[in-house]
Amino acid sequence: MKYNSHNKSNYYLKKALTIFILLIFTVIVLYPMYWVVISSLKTNNEFLSAPLGFPNKLMFENYLSAWNKGFSRYFFNSILINIVSVVLTVSIGAACAYSLARFNFKGKTIIFYLILAGLLLSPQVAVLPLFKLLVRLRLYNTYWALILPYVGFNLPFSIFLMRSYFLSIPREIEESAYIDGCNTFTTFIKIILPISKPIIASAAIVTSRFFWNEFLFALIFIEDSSKYTIPIGLSHFRDSLSTDYTTMLAGITIAALPMIILFLVMQKQFIKGLTAGSVKG
Amino acid sequence: MYKKNITPYLFIIPALLFILIFVYIPIVENFYFSFYRMNSYAPGKTFLGLDNYIDIFQNEIFYTAIINNTWYAVISLIFQVGLGLILAITLESKLLGKERKFFRTVYFLPSVIAIAAVGLMFYYIYNPNLGLLNAIINLFTESNFNYAWLGKPNTAIFAVIAMSQWQFTGYIMILLIVAIQKIPEELYEVAEIEGATSIQKAIYVTIPQIKEMILVTSVITVIGAFKLFTEIFVTTRGGPYDTTQVLGTFMYKTAFFYDKMGYAAAIAVIIFFITFTTSVIQIRLANRGED
Repeated sequence: MKYNSHNKSNYYLKKALTIFILLIFTVIVLYPMYWVVISSLKTNNEFLSAPLGFPNKLMFENYLSAWNKGFSRYFFNSILINIVSVVLTVSIGAACAYSLARFNFKGKTIIFYLILAGLLLSPQVAVLPLFKLLVRLRLYNTYWALILPYVGFNLPFSIFLMRSYFLSIPREIEESAYIDGCNTFTTFIKIILPISKPIIASAAIVTSRFFWNEFLFALIFIEDSSKYTIPIGLSHFRDSLSTDYTTMLAGITIAALPMIILFLVMQKQFIKGLTAGSVKG
Repeated sequence: MYKKNITPYLFIIPALLFILIFVYIPIVENFYFSFYRMNSYAPGKTFLGLDNYIDIFQNEIFYTAIINNTWYAVISLIFQVGLGLILAITLESKLLGKERKFFRTVYFLPSVIAIAAVGLMFYYIYNPNLGLLNAIINLFTESNFNYAWLGKPNTAIFAVIAMSQWQFTGYIMILLIVAIQKIPEELYEVAEIEGATSIQKAIYVTIPQIKEMILVTSVITVIGAFKLFTEIFVTTRGGPYDTTQVLGTFMYKTAFFYDKMGYAAAIAVIIFFITFTTSVIQIRLANRGED
């Protein structure tokens, strides 16, 4: 390809203009986040008198105050519910996906479609009967009231994701394990799961993003403030801390950070899982 | 590895039980509830036939909700899919080098934050007296603008919609970028030999090649618009004067504020039909893409 100086300067002009426009979008994306973080480090007086100003002294105490006013509890609840739900979803899902990927059995097609159709069902349509069911089972207002429906609604996606991965594993690997005397269960645990780590990580990330975010079930199935998850605790914070703005903004930052960190650390698995699922929210 | 024993079923049963008990049975029950008058705690119920549905179609809030959900869908299509596509093509063009990774990460970032956190963030950004938005307007115009973005019936729903564009445009952009990266390089080489400009390459190569993904992201966006709940609940709770109600918040208010479970179940059925039919379209489009 031949470049004369005119073409070349044209190229740099275009590139500079594009980057300029992209930087404007960058500011639109980052500035609101920056504003929340910097405001969370002000005193309430500073925040009220100069919303755009910079704090005189960084008030990390706001974080301590948010933490002590209930956030430690919400954080603990969210993490506990997240871990239990992810472990259940991924282990139960992997077993089911493996069976669907490897065995022929009666009713397989119908079971597969039943699970696949679960992808299309929105939690809002189940929320009222689930509420009644949980009250009947005396699970309302317990951690299980969130964990059990979370697992149910996230299984179809993880099964779908892991099944297609298991299908891509060559059968010879398992056959040699059978020759070595493994049974189906030990082959699954010792051979299949270890080589499926990347897809398990993707399934775990996507589902934990869902659990961390989930609002509707957490709002309806939990009554006790000591069992609130972060999103619910945060929305109640707004009312109880009505004039303590900076503590509230510190709370928002605490709520946002874990997923941002997880994303920055595990970008690849994050995007892989999301694009495989193509589901939002 | 054809097995006739029960092992395959043992692997499947736990998942199947979870899905049946916590997904399918409640959804079927929801249809049943929608024909009754019932409360959240009281055990009794009265059969009403289609009365709940007739009531819904005579309720003004239902139409407000449908209109708001539709606005949300339309504006999201323009920004998340439209602008997302332009950004995706720009970031994948040869014009950019290493800096594309930076922009990609930054634009995607808002979508990893919990919706409740973003909602509350914007609740403060839109605050009339101490919010970021009015502060910036006042900085540039040297005025004393104190408009309540979320408090005025005319703008409240659009302020919430704008927030979601901020949050999810980068998300749709990433889905489109992944599709663009799968386009064979030769197609661009041919276009270059024929002297195509970068805009022509986008229109004649990129867009036709990722047509399926554009359709899939459009459907995801529309489904998301009709499942809307958290964004509204944490910012306006459907107010002022019910002007920002959407189907999800309308259902919630009916069930837990007015304690009309059957009526709320009927609203859920309507959400089901809208999201389910849109989802079926998505699956069909996605499958066509794999052929």
